[in-house]
Amino acid sequence: MSPAAEAVIAPHPMRPAPWRVVHKTRETRDTWSLELVPYGCTTTEPYAPGQFAMIYAFGAGEAPISVSEASERHLMHTVRAVGPTTNAICALGVGDQVGVRGPFGTAWPLEAAEGADVVVVAGGIGLAPLRPAVLHLLANRERYGRVSVLYGGRAPSELLFPRDLERWRARFDVDVDVTVDAAPDVWRGRVGLVTKLIPRAAFDPADTVAMIVGPEVMMRFVAAGLRERGVPAERIHVSMERSMRCAVGHCGHCQLGPAFVCQDGPVFPWNVAGPLMEVRER
Amino acid sequence: MRTIDELLAGSSAFDGLSGEHLELIAGCGVNRSFAAGAMLMREGERAQTFYVIRHGAVALETYVPQRGPLMIETLHEDELLGWSWMVPPHHSQFDARALGVVRTVAFDGACLRGKCDADPALGYELMKRFAAVLAERLAATRIRLLDVYGHVAGS
Repeated sequence: MSPAAEAVIAPHPMRPAPWRVVHKTRETRDTWSLELVPYGCTTTEPYAPGQFAMIYAFGAGEAPISVSEASERHLMHTVRAVGPTTNAICALGVGDQVGVRGPFGTAWPLEAAEGADVVVVAGGIGLAPLRPAVLHLLANRERYGRVSVLYGGRAPSELLFPRDLERWRARFDVDVDVTVDAAPDVWRGRVGLVTKLIPRAAFDPADTVAMIVGPEVMMRFVAAGLRERGVPAERIHVSMERSMRCAVGHCGHCQLGPAFVCQDGPVFPWNVAGPLMEVRER
Repeated sequence: MRTIDELLAGSSAFDGLSGEHLELIAGCGVNRSFAAGAMLMREGERAQTFYVIRHGAVALETYVPQRGPLMIETLHEDELLGWSWMVPPHHSQFDARALGVVRTVAFDGACLRGKCDADPALGYELMKRFAAVLAERLAATRIRLLDVYGHVAGS
């Protein structure tokens, strides 16, 4: 959009702004990270860790994608190619254009967690929406108690951000524990369910804030493990996903009980999300 | 150096056992260390031993034709390794390989079975503890069968 057009056309949450791909990294067999910058003078509100954007692959469709890194005039999205729209997004190359709407949704409670221990639990590609939270925790390490990052994946080759994991592990002020479902015999890490890491993690249950992203079934078991250790439900937070289309609470596609996931979420405290997850859908 | 009784008293696997029962169990145990790569068990072999891991990590593996050894679980400090000693026909179900230097207390299964037969109260206490471990691992295995990382929210 030209500066003149931008001055006339006011920003609108339903209007995609043009951004372009400036860097692309293959994370796993089917998952790519795309770094985007806005075209011309396009401005954007800052993205808080946990919020998401609607990414529009022209001619293919739009999908809600969490932010795996954000700074002023720079976004990174980590996308798994699982359908026509995400296939099209993952097929974009450096220089290609996308439409971006956002930021949308609720953020991780990083301010409320200050002074407390923090446990971050991710499953599979769930590390992507948690990455900005971890980066924030590490950049402001003195504001938090003990920090643990627990990460589970299908296999070593499907773990995201291995360089980040290495860097975080090299620090002495964060515990990083990784486990996979199965591994070849050259793997030197843990094999087993991510829930198995919870009893070993060092945190004070009464003064801990937990942030979880993974498939809902995994989040349920992780939340149960944290509750078993004594973490209060309102201090456990999960990021949920439903079919988000408008992202502004109008279309109703993402309605879950009384909540619109796009607006009231995607980050919910467990005392809200837990009962919603118990509802059996048909 | 700590005695086997002392080591067992500090192990969560034997938490709550009476001193008398700990002593009986300790009588069947010896300290045993393994170098990295050493096999603690081999699939199909007679299972005469179970271990309490004191230090290090052990990989449970199975051999998959054309894929080689596949690691299906790792066990770590304070965990129990091996239950085939309890269940006929007493054959190990998986390979168990030391991932680094591993220190264990190794128990003679036949010795312990004899003591459990002679003292059913001991047998029941031991069975309760092994049943809890089995139930936990069965639940974890069932969850893993769901392929929980296949589809992830929030991405």
